[in-house]
Amino acid sequence: MASHYRTETVFDYSWKQVVQAYWNRYPNPASHHVLTEDTISREIRDGKLYSRRILSKTNSVPKWGERFYKNTPVKIIEDSVLDPKSKTLITFTRNIGFKKIMKVDEIVEYSEQKDGRTLAVRRAYISSQVFGFSRAIRAFGIERFKSNCHKAANGFNFVLQRMFPNHQHHAAMTNNNTMESSKNVDHHHHASTVATLQQQQSKTEAIKKGVSNSFEFFKGQASKIAQMFSVKN
Amino acid sequence: MNSLGEDCNELKRKYDACFNLWFSERFLKGDNDDSMCAPIFKVYQECVKKAMEEQKIELREIEADYSTGDYNEKPEHSKS
Repeated sequence: MASHYRTETVFDYSWKQVVQAYWNRYPNPASHHVLTEDTISREIRDGKLYSRRILSKTNSVPKWGERFYKNTPVKIIEDSVLDPKSKTLITFTRNIGFKKIMKVDEIVEYSEQKDGRTLAVRRAYISSQVFGFSRAIRAFGIERFKSNCHKAANGFNFVLQRMFPNHQHHAAMTNNNTMESSKNVDHHHHASTVATLQQQQSKTEAIKKGVSNSFEFFKGQASKIAQMFSVKN
Repeated sequence: MNSLGEDCNELKRKYDACFNLWFSERFLKGDNDDSMCAPIFKVYQECVKKAMEEQKIELREIEADYSTGDYNEKPEHSKS
């Protein structure tokens, strides 16, 4: 059995803004852990844009340790299907390498809401083949995933803000209809992600502090588990 | 952001710039002609492919098709 986690995030930007920013998520102040990013295939089929990208992060091994511990970069493959007609972007991301220790499949669907904002539904499936530890690793992975989702959204929001400083959608809502806007906030208040995002918009400083994203999760998790078994490290 | 191949960084930057322009100004406006960045993409691809071979990144490991729609929970495969 794979363990499963699902979360929703609302971005206060139009779908078109979100998908343009999507290809430019890195670098951001929180993404120093993502080392490389390449598009390895891209094509249009039936009016939809199919892309495959490969991202990597290197495990941090101190110089003196390199003799003893092979510095294997963690690689992540990100497939995506973007349909401009239905205004959906679906991404399917998974790690390659370390898969027996922990395999993470993440599916995110970005779609347009009726209010013009963008909803991201993020699902993660975590499995492990480590005999005797599978359940514990999956539970730990899910916990880490939960706490990293907010951070991933914050990193993305930073890029959105930078790309769309004049942000029509949000500005129009706040200027012309402040009451409506705050009602919206109240309405979504129990969705902590949304609350976090609202705060984040005015607190660029907060982002810079300890923000990472789900890719860091992949790497951090893989290396943490690797450490459990690696006496050499 | 860098390419995984050091020699490919410049090509990557050129391609990304081209793609971003094409994506915003053409594709999102209904134009499905992707020939605009095709020449630079081809050169960039060859560079990345070479870098992946050098770094022994196994392509067959990532040959799963786009299966975003119908992900099912798999039974755990435990070994003894």
